[in-house]
Amino acid sequence: MSNQTHTFKPDLPPPPSSVGAWAWIRGNLFSSVGNSILTLLGLYLVWLVIPPVVNWAFLNATWSGTTRADCAPGGACWVFIKERFGQFMYGFYPGDQRWRVDLTVVLAVVGAIPLFLDRFKHKARYGLALLVIYPLLAFWLLYGGFGLRVVPSSEWGGLMLTVVIAAVGIVGALPLGILLALGRRSKLPAIKVICVTMIEFWRGIPLITVLFLSSVMLPLFLPDGMNLDKLLRAIVMVIVFEAAYIAEVVRGGMQAIPKGQYEAAAAMGLGYWRTMGLVILPQALKLVIPGIVNTFIALFKDSSLVIIIGLFDLLNSIKRATSDPAWLGMSTEGYVFAALVYWIFCFAMSSYSARLERKLNTGHKR
Amino acid sequence: MKMVKSTLAILTTAAALGLSGMAHAGATLDAVKNKGFVQCGVSDGLPGFSYTDSKGDYKGIDVDVCRAVAAAVFGDASKVRFTPLTAKERFTALQSGEIDVLSRNTTWTSSRDGGMGLIFAGVTYYDGQGFLVNKKLGVKSAKELDGATVCIQAGTTTELNLADYFRSNGLKFTPITYSTSDESAKSMEAGRCDVLTSDQSQLYAQRIKLAKPDDYVVLPEVISKEPLAPAVRRGDEDWLTVVKWSLFAMVSAEELGLTSANVEAQAKDSKNPDVRRLLGADGEFGKDLKLPKEWALNIVKQVGNYGEVFERNVGMGSDLKIKRGLNALWNAGGLQYSPPVR
Repeated sequence: MSNQTHTFKPDLPPPPSSVGAWAWIRGNLFSSVGNSILTLLGLYLVWLVIPPVVNWAFLNATWSGTTRADCAPGGACWVFIKERFGQFMYGFYPGDQRWRVDLTVVLAVVGAIPLFLDRFKHKARYGLALLVIYPLLAFWLLYGGFGLRVVPSSEWGGLMLTVVIAAVGIVGALPLGILLALGRRSKLPAIKVICVTMIEFWRGIPLITVLFLSSVMLPLFLPDGMNLDKLLRAIVMVIVFEAAYIAEVVRGGMQAIPKGQYEAAAAMGLGYWRTMGLVILPQALKLVIPGIVNTFIALFKDSSLVIIIGLFDLLNSIKRATSDPAWLGMSTEGYVFAALVYWIFCFAMSSYSARLERKLNTGHKR
Repeated sequence: MKMVKSTLAILTTAAALGLSGMAHAGATLDAVKNKGFVQCGVSDGLPGFSYTDSKGDYKGIDVDVCRAVAAAVFGDASKVRFTPLTAKERFTALQSGEIDVLSRNTTWTSSRDGGMGLIFAGVTYYDGQGFLVNKKLGVKSAKELDGATVCIQAGTTTELNLADYFRSNGLKFTPITYSTSDESAKSMEAGRCDVLTSDQSQLYAQRIKLAKPDDYVVLPEVISKEPLAPAVRRGDEDWLTVVKWSLFAMVSAEELGLTSANVEAQAKDSKNPDVRRLLGADGEFGKDLKLPKEWALNIVKQVGNYGEVFERNVGMGSDLKIKRGLNALWNAGGLQYSPPVR
């Protein structure tokens, strides 16, 4: 009996038709007749769309110059954007004061950095302090007073105004929305009725109507000579409007919290506010991050509706610039630029929310 | 430009009537002098009438009207602040006292003049609805447009005027409605419509938006009356007079050959009694208007006469290249006429 050990033959290499790029293409794009047709159709569409767009936006585009006469026909004329860039960013904010807007943005970024550092321990306290101090500081920088030249809100505009409306809207709507959500689940009938009415009323009318009312009807009912700032009117309306949506999103999250959590909190001897603040809301808000961010992205884009009340946000600034006889016919370039800016902001928001979700995803991962 | 009369607008106006009117009687001029500037409502962007250049300065005929009022009151055309308004907001802004003058390409109509708590001060621009066609069509007159596809902007009286005109001339047409002027210009360019209709002043702006403006021509027919006029609150005659005569001063100056360049010399040297009265060299005609003696001199010096303002903003000195037409002086075949200063 010879001592024989069984040895496996080495694996044969996979058939050449199942490795490499070609195999991937065959497996994913041409696996069946139907898929092949769809793939070809898709390629054809790309071929139809991409070259003209690239030609228009890049190859035939004009990048340098100062007037409309410098624009080459058949391509985009980015000179228009370049010439008006300041107005698109700051509106009519006086040129020598624009550093104040820049500083406000820089302060926001610098102030927020500690919140992203994992080593930083006092995030909650720091965040709260930031929420109190920063808005005051930002208001002082943007509006003026106390040694700074006053820049009335009628001179604000462009991307700056868009961000101001969206940011103040978000910061104001979130707490108000949470309160409304709590109120709607309250056992006290009076509070419940008030909150339900608020939410259903504001959700029931379109934002455009709300803004229109704030600008056209409200001034008529104010006493003579009293003019509330147009921007203030718009922002208050945006806050109240968005709060109603946030309230429903948050309520959704609260309903997903099992009853055991409430009972456990009660068993620990926690009162209503501590139950909500320490047990329910932290879990509920974590659940509804996608919903809240969704609302914020919608708000950011909806802020362009202020066009209806003659405020010059990014989109309206672009629209106004296209009515300069020296630059007529540049609306395509303007709108493409607006789309790009809006996309950058919205994409940044959704990326941040994805990051936040991953970080807070502590208990529900399967 | 015109707007759709929505029920809301009527309600708004009705509500406004109670509040405005008497409350402001005679007070605007004093209030303006006290605060030190004229608050002027302009358009949120209309080529040639009110727009902003790349430096952020307001430009246009409507804007210059406001500057003229500021020059008359303060002797300084820069003492004016602008409030850009949408078509829907404009009347409320005036009624609620947010602005002192509404100079926003608003058509003077009987219902607005009588029933909206405001009053018009004189015509800055005689506009009217016209047609823009491709030269290829070989059309010389709007009467030859039978069966044409017409591009219109929605929500304005343009649609009604168009239907009336074609019906009364027994012509057929197919309307295509767009919501913005950009869309209708693009559509015209793509050849989806034969004719584009809008106020004539805006057709010239539309034409610039096309890739080859020279291939298109504005037909001579004007099918509606659109006198564009600044408005003030009803019930304040002093202020109405100031705005009205600011306009008249610009027209008179053109008639008398006074320009921003020569007006100062003329004020000193002219022997013409009309010039001397207008510029305050003879008499105290500013006082009747509750204005400084050199009110008209300041307007012409700082803003210009009507012809200068026209040419600079919409005429040959601008990209729009609109001919004077109805807006020429009365003695040059147009309608611009000023009562005498005496």
